[in-house]
Amino acid sequence: MKRAGFATRWLPILLLLPQLIIIAVFFYWPAAHAVQSSFYLQDPFGFGSSFVGFDNYTDLLDNSEYRRIAWFTVVFTVLVTFFSLALALLLAVKADKVIRGAKTYRTLLMWVYAVAPPVAGFIGLIMFNQSWGPLTRLFEQVGHDFTLGVNYNDTAFAMVLVSVWKQVPVNFIFFLSGLQSIPKSVREAALIDNRSASGRFWDVTFPLLAPTGFFLLIINITYALFETFGVIDTLVKGEPGNNPMTLVYKVYVDGFRGNDLGGSSAQSVILMILVLALTVFQFRMVERRIHYT
Amino acid sequence: MAQVHLNGLNKVYPNGFEALKPSSFHIEDGEFVVLVGPSGCGKSTLLRMVAGLEEITAGELKIDDRLVNDTDPADRDIAMVFQNYALYPHMSVRKNIAYGLQNRKVGKAEIAQKVAEAAAMLNLGDYLDRKPSQLSGGQRQRVAMGRAIVRDPALFLFDEPLSNLDAKLRNQMRIEIKALQRRLGVTSIYVTHDQVEAMTMADRIIVMNAGRIEQIGTPEDVYHRPASTFVASFMGAPPMNLLPAMANKGVVEFAGTEVHRHEAVEGPLVFGVRPEDIIPDALGEMLLHVDIVEELGAHRLLHGKIGAEQVTMHVGKDTEIASGPLPVSLKPDAVSLFDRATGARL
Amino acid sequence: MSDANTAAMAAATLTQPAKRRRIKAATLFDHAVLILGALFMIVPLVMVFQMTTVPDVEIIKTGPSFVIGDQLDENFRKAMFEASGFSGENSGTNMLVNSFILGIGFAVGKIVIGMMAAYAIVYFRLRFATLAFWMIFTTLLLPLEVRILPSYEVVQRLGMLNTYQGLIIPLIASATATFFFRQYFRSVPEELVEAARIDGAGPVKFFVDILVPLSKTMIAAMFIIMFVYGWNQYLWPTMITTEEDMFTLVRGIKQITQVMEGNRIPEYGRANLLAIIAIIPPVFVVIFFQSWFVKGLTESDK
Repeated sequence: MKRAGFATRWLPILLLLPQLIIIAVFFYWPAAHAVQSSFYLQDPFGFGSSFVGFDNYTDLLDNSEYRRIAWFTVVFTVLVTFFSLALALLLAVKADKVIRGAKTYRTLLMWVYAVAPPVAGFIGLIMFNQSWGPLTRLFEQVGHDFTLGVNYNDTAFAMVLVSVWKQVPVNFIFFLSGLQSIPKSVREAALIDNRSASGRFWDVTFPLLAPTGFFLLIINITYALFETFGVIDTLVKGEPGNNPMTLVYKVYVDGFRGNDLGGSSAQSVILMILVLALTVFQFRMVERRIHYT
Repeated sequence: MAQVHLNGLNKVYPNGFEALKPSSFHIEDGEFVVLVGPSGCGKSTLLRMVAGLEEITAGELKIDDRLVNDTDPADRDIAMVFQNYALYPHMSVRKNIAYGLQNRKVGKAEIAQKVAEAAAMLNLGDYLDRKPSQLSGGQRQRVAMGRAIVRDPALFLFDEPLSNLDAKLRNQMRIEIKALQRRLGVTSIYVTHDQVEAMTMADRIIVMNAGRIEQIGTPEDVYHRPASTFVASFMGAPPMNLLPAMANKGVVEFAGTEVHRHEAVEGPLVFGVRPEDIIPDALGEMLLHVDIVEELGAHRLLHGKIGAEQVTMHVGKDTEIASGPLPVSLKPDAVSLFDRATGARL
Repeated sequence: MSDANTAAMAAATLTQPAKRRRIKAATLFDHAVLILGALFMIVPLVMVFQMTTVPDVEIIKTGPSFVIGDQLDENFRKAMFEASGFSGENSGTNMLVNSFILGIGFAVGKIVIGMMAAYAIVYFRLRFATLAFWMIFTTLLLPLEVRILPSYEVVQRLGMLNTYQGLIIPLIASATATFFFRQYFRSVPEELVEAARIDGAGPVKFFVDILVPLSKTMIAAMFIIMFVYGWNQYLWPTMITTEEDMFTLVRGIKQITQVMEGNRIPEYGRANLLAIIAIIPPVFVVIFFQSWFVKGLTESDK
């Protein structure tokens, strides 16, 4: 709060009211509702529900399919996060170096930020079209019959590739801005202290990018967990079948399509706990190590 | 320790801006040279070219007898202290100081010893395990110095290292840096826009303006025999009085008074005199109409007019000043003459 | 320049080629990496676009090619004005309008509500300010996706399914903009509000005359980010809008895909063009307001 804040009583309340009402109705109520219904079993025909305690949770954890999906989500998240961060870092370092055409490169590398995940998924469908998709043909060249939506691994590969493609730009923008905020003189000091370019990168540039990288790590994990929904839904054409899916997609499939409200709510709550854990981890890391100023 | 030779060193940026016109000079072994000039005069560009941070467009740069035009900064055997210190924020003070040595494959024991020595020299002993963000401005400055010292370089480069410190600390560090340089005997190039730093620290001063070297000389030379009206007005606070005068058969007249004799001059010119070289003199032929008296403790500055020209003079704190026009005269031989068109010394 | 100087310069230039070539090689490598990266980003879109210019039969035979055909006009007509759904109401034009309503409505709503709340939190002495702050900022922790079903139920109970309010308002229920403006307001010099008070400005006047004009760039940056975010929403519109005349382009993409596959000769040209139309507005703002957008994005970084 500002030192010289206004003392008016009613005005701030009036200003806060719209925000508070919206979050109360559309955030706290649903969140509480999710927690509540995760302890109930809904009658399949919609006639009431009964309290079942932690049954929904234990059912989930016993369910081998759920465990398989959870495992896929972990693998998917790790792959998407790693590749989109690594690729973006490489491109940002290069874009930061070149002088000629720097602005054009920047534009070309960041525009995909504005492409919606399902549209990215649609472009993936075109690229991996069974009969004439350019990437399918590329796989043909190396002797692999790529079948999107049929072969589990092929589908997973397409999901990772499209999700990475969609996420590189955000990471690129942040890494580039992180690089540009490293004082020029610090880099020059390194130039005098160390003759090896890779040495300078790993000793000076990389550690100074660590706060950005850590922030992006969280962003990317969140992205892979939640925002890839559109990519996945389009790539499997809304028919999950035996295809790989992530936990969020499973919430949607069970709750919205399968009408298993209790189970779906329990899944939501598990995701909530996951996100909260991630945030707590983030705050503690930020507080502790990765901050220099 | 080393000598530095610049031969027609020139910097033109891709956009066509010539930051440094072809410049040549020579720096002796162990000499402390200060590059001084207003911002944008090319002094930092020159320093950065010596450091290897800025590409050389044309000309030759030699450290000792080695042509280093295209040598990597890390291979030039130099150390540099930056304006904002450029400490590595993620490394401890110890690591900051040691980093350059580690990359030169110096043994661990030797590094530890050198760091300890430098820390003792700079009173940093208690801070070795802190991060730069936990230090005060003056301490950071010392760390930057320490980083330069441990390297035992052939050449120290300073890029306005004191400009981020407050006035008191600046005076103190000025003395420390100079003493340190004396002790280590390392050839140094020091860039500043502060003429006091230039005067007090330099063995030789290089005054620059608009990408050109205006004058190279000892502080004495530069102060008393400025090579141009630019140098005359840039060095010294308050600056030299620059007044229009007329020469007739070798006699230079200002405000109807003869101020100087010089055989070779004729016609309109500029004559310059330092404020302290104008003295109150009951017999003086010139009258200073004082407008403002600036009380500075140890001395006073009188601002006023002689004829139609604005003049500043400098008097001791004990000098009595009567009201009304003050008769003054000039110290003999304290006058500089400049060409009115080019500003060059005559 | 003296002869000696010229000679020295000539000598200096003679020693340079080796170094120059090394710099060149490194720079060339940098450019090669960047060009590959740029191609990775842009080639898929170019292919999708190429397919909108050739007849669909052509595509079934050859897939994407280097041929630029003459079908763009025809595909554009089909995409924008012919209905592709079952009820015949979601032509491209209709979906485009819905997308703009969602994008702009979301951005404006978020900014207005966020600025008001942030102003209240930063500039007023309020007893329950801390409580309000935490209530608002907890919403940053849980993305809509994890509470999607209960949120759907709430909207259903309020009878807001297939309405613009139902589409937009629940999306606003997170504090990203509030947080962003709070950070920004805190960085506004303290003296400003003091000076305004001495000049006799009350809280409303200060907000309207000083703070809002001062925040113009921030508002613009936020608008771009929020517009793109709103435009690109998928899961929420998929659940809330079931009537085809409420579909946005992004929401409709799955239907577009199905239309593409369903027909005897899949309408690739038309489907691809709709996908491209769904991309153009957000990409346009991101490219043309690049500096604002980048500023907004990187400065909202927590």
